[in-house]
Amino acid sequence: MVKSFMPRTLTEAVRIRKETGAVPIAGGTDLMVRYRSIAGTLPAFPWPVMFISTIDELKGVSLEQDTVVIKAGTELSVVSESPLIHQVLRDAVCQMAAPSLRNMGTLAGNICNASPAGDAVCVLYALNAEVELATEKSMRRMPLSDFITGPGVTELRSNELMTAIRIPELKSAVSFYKKVGTRKANALSKLSCTGLLYTKHNKIVDMRLALGAVAPVVVRSVELEKSVYGMSRTEFSTYENELFQLYEKLIVPIDDQRSTAEYRKSTTCSLIKEFFRIVKEELS
Amino acid sequence: MRDISFTLNGGKVKVITDPSSRLLDILREQLGLTAVKEGCGEGECGACSVLKNGKLVNSCLVPMGSVQDTEISTLEGIRDTDEGKCIIDSFAESGAVQCGFCTPGMVMAAAALLREIPKPDEMQIRKALSGNLCRCTGYNMIINGIQLAAKRGDGIW
Ligand SMILES: Cc1cc2nc3c(=O)[nH]c(=O)nc-3n(C[C@H](O)[C@H](O)[C@H](O)COP(=O)(O)OP(=O)(O)OC[C@H]3O[C@@H](n4cnc5c(N)ncnc54)[C@H](O)[C@@H]3O)c2cc1C
Ligand code: FES
Ligand code: FES
Repeated sequence: MVKSFMPRTLTEAVRIRKETGAVPIAGGTDLMVRYRSIAGTLPAFPWPVMFISTIDELKGVSLEQDTVVIKAGTELSVVSESPLIHQVLRDAVCQMAAPSLRNMGTLAGNICNASPAGDAVCVLYALNAEVELATEKSMRRMPLSDFITGPGVTELRSNELMTAIRIPELKSAVSFYKKVGTRKANALSKLSCTGLLYTKHNKIVDMRLALGAVAPVVVRSVELEKSVYGMSRTEFSTYENELFQLYEKLIVPIDDQRSTAEYRKSTTCSLIKEFFRIVKEELS
Repeated sequence: MRDISFTLNGGKVKVITDPSSRLLDILREQLGLTAVKEGCGEGECGACSVLKNGKLVNSCLVPMGSVQDTEISTLEGIRDTDEGKCIIDSFAESGAVQCGFCTPGMVMAAAALLREIPKPDEMQIRKALSGNLCRCTGYNMIINGIQLAAKRGDGIW
């Protein structure tokens, strides 16, 4: 039997984390499944755990200047209903799991799980989200794309807790989100694609493209995105094929129980083309 | 082992258990509430659905450490209320129950839905039930049952 803790405040939680290294359980929708044992027996957690879903300080969505701040323990169903949050994230969250799981699961759990197929993670990459990490004594922030370093691997230190996800304001952008799974509910993605576009005077001001489940981490290339800034429809149309081929090189999926590498690659390529079509449409 | 106190179907309860134990097991084994069922044990079937602070959750994934000071309601807590009776009678009349294994979870999902949206359309019903599997009815009769409950229960939600 592992040791377990039930902190009621953030201060208590980070102290316990530092003293024992206890692993936080938020919604439990990843951890309770991964470590489940036979019915009627305790989950087989290999480390001490702490239950953080009853800490009120970790819940809520607010606006700080131009940044939307989502506290780490906010349930996915609350995220999907918050008018402060960009529609593309709300739409993606609405397509995760099922209503009951969204009443339990959190964005922080989806991020710290660090699955390349995490649906919210793909959208949060495109939104330039940052994560806020706290210890007993300090607080740091870093871009989500630096936080996740590989499948299941993050920069979270053993004395840290994620306290919030911060999303900078996004000017009224056109958004595109597609998740491909076996069925609509309770299916992890075979792949997902998030596209954002902001244009002014028929020129691209900002374009972002994030691709989920086609590489060890979500694929996003700021370099490729910057290469289209300022382009008109004609310029983008001329460049489109070359850009597509550059993106294609970044798509290196694997075969697993959910899908094959070949399907992932060809479907993601179709979604990129679809997004490019929308880009051209917006520019005319 | 820890003391964990919470409200269950309107009454205060205290159980002594490991905080890692599942709400599902505590309800069934320690508290004798056996309407809640274990199907998959991994969040996919909804047979273990209960309400936690009024929201539908899968009790197979809820550790008792997350239950302290919350309000839990199970089928036993709503079946004799006007809401519960309305849903259960409507299910029975619509042929929404065959083997019955999914039914407690379906009734809880229906109650959660109707409290939020008293007059749901078919799409809203299908979405609300999307985490509850039934291997007998083919779902249409359950959807009919919820539509009937919405119609009949006008004013009680
Ligand atoms: C049936 C089913 C369907 C699912 N469908 C989808 C789907 O469609 N799309 C999808 O992306 N996912 C899906 N999931 C996976 C899961 O629901 C999500 O990843 C969810 O966001 C996890 O959140 P949680 O709070 O429940 O995580 P938990 O299980 O509580 O935690 C997951 C990880 O995050 C860590 N963690 C949590 N909070 C913090 C914190 N504050 N600080 C530091 N570390 C933290 C935990 O230690 C753990 O490592 C599904 C799961 C199930 C069971
Ligand atoms: S037993 Fe809990 S969802 Fe299947
Ligand atoms: S009635 Fe048998 S599973 Fe639904």
